[in-house]
Amino acid sequence: MSLVSQINSLKAVHDYEGLVDLIPYAKFIGVETSMVGDKIVSNLPYMNDNIGNPALPALHGGVIAGFMENSALFHLLWEIEVLNIPKIIDFSIDYLRPGQAVTTYSHCDIIRLGKRVALCNVKTWQDDINSPIALARGHFLLSNNDPID
Amino acid sequence: MSIKSFLKQINHTPHAKKLGLQLVTAEGCTITLKLPFNDSIIGDPINRYIHSGAITTLVDTACGVSIFQTQNNTRAMATLDLRIDHQRPAILGNEIFATAECYKLTHTIAFVNVTVYEDDITNPIATAVGTFMRSNKEFPHTE
Repeated sequence: MSLVSQINSLKAVHDYEGLVDLIPYAKFIGVETSMVGDKIVSNLPYMNDNIGNPALPALHGGVIAGFMENSALFHLLWEIEVLNIPKIIDFSIDYLRPGQAVTTYSHCDIIRLGKRVALCNVKTWQDDINSPIALARGHFLLSNNDPID
Repeated sequence: MSIKSFLKQINHTPHAKKLGLQLVTAEGCTITLKLPFNDSIIGDPINRYIHSGAITTLVDTACGVSIFQTQNNTRAMATLDLRIDHQRPAILGNEIFATAECYKLTHTIAFVNVTVYEDDITNPIATAVGTFMRSNKEFPHTE
């Protein structure tokens, strides 16, 4: 079964948790998914392997970014009809607070959905959704990278 | 401990160790890190492309290492922002390198440019810029 049809069968039975099994990197950093209202939220339970500075300890900035990129990817896979896996074009992240050794949450808003490109805003927080630890924006390519006419 | 032996310990940091990051060179204000290929960091199983998150971690770590190298001490820094442009997917199975240059240090801020590539730095996978807050806290290291 192709990946796109696997995603469609997950959507049909509302199995958002099954997304993680499709993307090896999501498993690698320990991503889980949940549904809050009608929004898909990614969770990252604390794992010692995700630490970047053992003295604080603080999550690796790269893990926070990878988690946010993946949360945008999951959001796109879940919310729109895709023919292939959206490909990241650029990602710009602002770090506001250190990532503590607790569960981290992330959700994505699609700011603009075009035929070929989506612009996403991603917010990541830990104990308090009103005190995000990082904010990011990124573009994703939705279509195949075919030459334009 | 010399700064070079400290930089080699980058793979003691839990997440850098998990990814298998290694220091390749450190010269002047520029350093190069290596990310080995591994099936578990794939982000697009159809095309078998590496997940951008692994590349971002390589970039963020390379920035930090270039700052240690440039300031010539082991004081920690915190990422303020990072912007990555993904120019093409990595070729499957290849090792990936990130060369980071800390081109400006002020008393409080470090500015870094990064290029990510396989075997040819003039044909990058991604380019990135980052700014970092410097601190006077020591980054932990083992003797």
